[in-house]
Amino acid sequence: MTLNALLFQALNGLSSASGLFFVAVGLSLIFGVSRIINIAHGSLYMLGTYIAYSFATHVGGGLGFWGGIVATAVLVGLIGGLIEILLLRRIYRAPELFQLLATFALVLVINDATLAIWGPEDLFGPRAPGLRGAVELLGRHLPSYDLFLGALGPVVLVILHMILARTRFGRLVRAATQDREMLGALGVNQTLLFTSVFALGAALAGFGGALQVAREPANLATDLTALGDAFVVVVVGGMGSITGAYLAAVIIAEVKAICIGLGTVDFGLFSLNFSKLTLVAEFLVMAVVLIARPYGLLGRAQATVRTIAEPEEPIRPASSSLTASAAVVFALLLALPWLARSSPYLLVLGIDVLIAVIFAVSLHFIAGPGGMHSFGHAAYFGLGAYGAALLVKWCGATMGLALIAAPLVALFGALMFGWFSVRLSGVYLAMLTLAFAQIVWATVFQWEALTGGSNGVIGIWPPPPFDQANTYFWLTLVLAVGAVLSLRRLLFAPFGYAMRAGRDSALRAEAIGIDVKRVHWLAFAIAGAVGGVAGGLFAFAKGSISPETIHVGRSIDGLVMVLLGGIQTLTGPVVGATVFAVLQDTVMRQTEYWRALLGGIILLLVLAFPGGIVGAVMRLVGKARAS
Amino acid sequence: MSVLAVRSLSKAFGGVRAVNDVSFELGRGEFLAMIGPNGAGKSTCFNIINGQLAPDAGEVLFEGKNIVRLTPREIWRLGVGRTFQIAATFHSMTVVENVQMALMSHNREIYRFWRPAAARHRERALALLAQVGMREVADRPSRALAYGDVKRLELAIALANEPRLLLMDEPTAGMGAYERYALIELVKRLVVERGISVLFTEHSMDVVFAFADRIIVLARGRLIADGDPQAIRDHPQVKEVYFGTGKAISPGAVP
Repeated sequence: MTLNALLFQALNGLSSASGLFFVAVGLSLIFGVSRIINIAHGSLYMLGTYIAYSFATHVGGGLGFWGGIVATAVLVGLIGGLIEILLLRRIYRAPELFQLLATFALVLVINDATLAIWGPEDLFGPRAPGLRGAVELLGRHLPSYDLFLGALGPVVLVILHMILARTRFGRLVRAATQDREMLGALGVNQTLLFTSVFALGAALAGFGGALQVAREPANLATDLTALGDAFVVVVVGGMGSITGAYLAAVIIAEVKAICIGLGTVDFGLFSLNFSKLTLVAEFLVMAVVLIARPYGLLGRAQATVRTIAEPEEPIRPASSSLTASAAVVFALLLALPWLARSSPYLLVLGIDVLIAVIFAVSLHFIAGPGGMHSFGHAAYFGLGAYGAALLVKWCGATMGLALIAAPLVALFGALMFGWFSVRLSGVYLAMLTLAFAQIVWATVFQWEALTGGSNGVIGIWPPPPFDQANTYFWLTLVLAVGAVLSLRRLLFAPFGYAMRAGRDSALRAEAIGIDVKRVHWLAFAIAGAVGGVAGGLFAFAKGSISPETIHVGRSIDGLVMVLLGGIQTLTGPVVGATVFAVLQDTVMRQTEYWRALLGGIILLLVLAFPGGIVGAVMRLVGKARAS
Repeated sequence: MSVLAVRSLSKAFGGVRAVNDVSFELGRGEFLAMIGPNGAGKSTCFNIINGQLAPDAGEVLFEGKNIVRLTPREIWRLGVGRTFQIAATFHSMTVVENVQMALMSHNREIYRFWRPAAARHRERALALLAQVGMREVADRPSRALAYGDVKRLELAIALANEPRLLLMDEPTAGMGAYERYALIELVKRLVVERGISVLFTEHSMDVVFAFADRIIVLARGRLIADGDPQAIRDHPQVKEVYFGTGKAISPGAVP
């Protein structure tokens, strides 16, 4: 590859950098002022593309396209303002996990709304009027629209800088980013400030999305892809820093562009296809930056708090009534294959529920007592599932071997990703875990030769005697009970205490000789391994595994299960997973718009029942006892 | 040999010299108070000794070993206990579990994954609680404690690893006059019994002059006096800093 070609790719990278910048900078601004990570930011970006498409096709011409882009930015900004007024305003004081989930609920609702309005097909917008041509550069053709995009990023960066540096609004934004309480004490109307910042951030996302209409089709999967990209950019650039966001966007876009430009390089002994390594490269950039600067290139350490809804009760060994009811439930489950002889579907549901229980309990282990709110637990589920499935596919491994390998593969991944993740806390940890999960997902998706790409791996059926639903159910039951009891045991052991001590007060835990990072790293790895068990069982239960089953949605499902049951109780995740899995298999199957339904459930949970089912029951029992 | 020797310690934040060439020693069994007006450099000095900050220059010797650049964890392992200015506990644990946690760590049992923690070192933890007068509330959630009790619990935790040196950053901050005396009296009794050396910072002068064996005074990052309470009371520069000309609050000494 020639130097000219490399330069050309680098120029091309700048246009991608602008796109990354538009979506990341809004996220960063909103976080700076409101301390809320807007998971729905990618959705606003996606909405931008769809709305701009409608303008460009219905109005048409230069006005429809260029005017449409501006109108879209304004419209998405208004939608953002509305979201702030109707939802976010109620949860500024809620624990951050709830804020993250509430904004994720918006992702689901917006996605279904988009589906309802624009339909499931990809929509191709028109080329940009006036910029249809290409410029000849370094002996190649560069679309003039790409060149325009590449220049637009720095222009917006400068404008934003001027707004922040010169205007009263900008001063308030900077002040709020530094010390929100003090700003409030000075009598500044924060309500208006928060709404306008959210609207501005949303408008930037909508603008970025709208500009893409001439390059890429409007697609329903864009929301989470854009979000994942934005997270990586923000983590690398530093939360709250606008210049950092641009710098990071350029670095990441360039690294990707150069990987693609390099193509397949022959190293003599072996050849390497760099264009398949874009994700690995992105990961490496993030890893290097986080090792050198844990808060990003231009970010500063935030006072991080790992909040929980209410002060937590000390854990106590199971009461005799709990042990008794657990025994009854276990006996009933053991007998289920006989009880369900007339409706075999019950066994399938039972297997789904048990797998969900393993997954939720492993996530709760780190999210509850560990205080690490992982938004990417699906990665370990996926590593387990793919680890098992690929061993069967490529090595002809037996199911036993595959099920042993599943947690080991997940453990390996969790050790690697966890090492970085435990260095951060709070929302940084949430974003990083989500970004890692995106990387696992995308690797599986891109590495077609190994994983079958979007088709997944099929034909992973358990051998006899486990090919019968009842024997497989028993196997799942044994592993689920084992997982639940072992993790519970760990929580009552010194290790579990040390993990909680590190969550309650890291400073104090260090001051009595506990290596908090190491303890949390190990806990993260253990949770990952158990999540891998769930993944392995899932692959054999369904006979296949595909990328979509390990997507971000699964991570969020896990969190919803944990919160539904009650994050502060040890039985919570079991109850939550059961209720959720049953709901998913019954109610949600009935409607095309199950995402919006799930979003509604999450919002209800966050706004009305922050203690979850078990929390609500315990409060009722407590009241009954008190009276 | 002194238990703690601080030699030419310096630390600057940007242009502000928070600690400037400070040296002092602490003998075995001594109860040493570090005082000074706001911004004198007490907290910085303290956080260097306990490992939370790295100094720009100078050394801190604990029993002859340089502990500069060791982590708080490593310093604790050597036998240095500490309490915090803003007291806090592991709020999801009971009172006795808080102490047990420190004992488990002291006995290097953190990486035990199976046998329950509840019974480990419970007797020893209860004995420590009894010494600070908290035996009766041992099984209450620690988050429900009154602030004065949190301070006493913290003391019990700090004593769990049988420290030879105890660092206490404003142990009586936020307490009423009566509680203040009671707490320092308790500390003094316990450390005398065990022969522990104590370095503490304190704002309340009545406590300092009533209990400290020796006092060092910091002002604007420098050590300006070192002596017994009587000598400090009569020290002209100390008088000036505390009551006199207000020079201590000139630029560069902002907290």
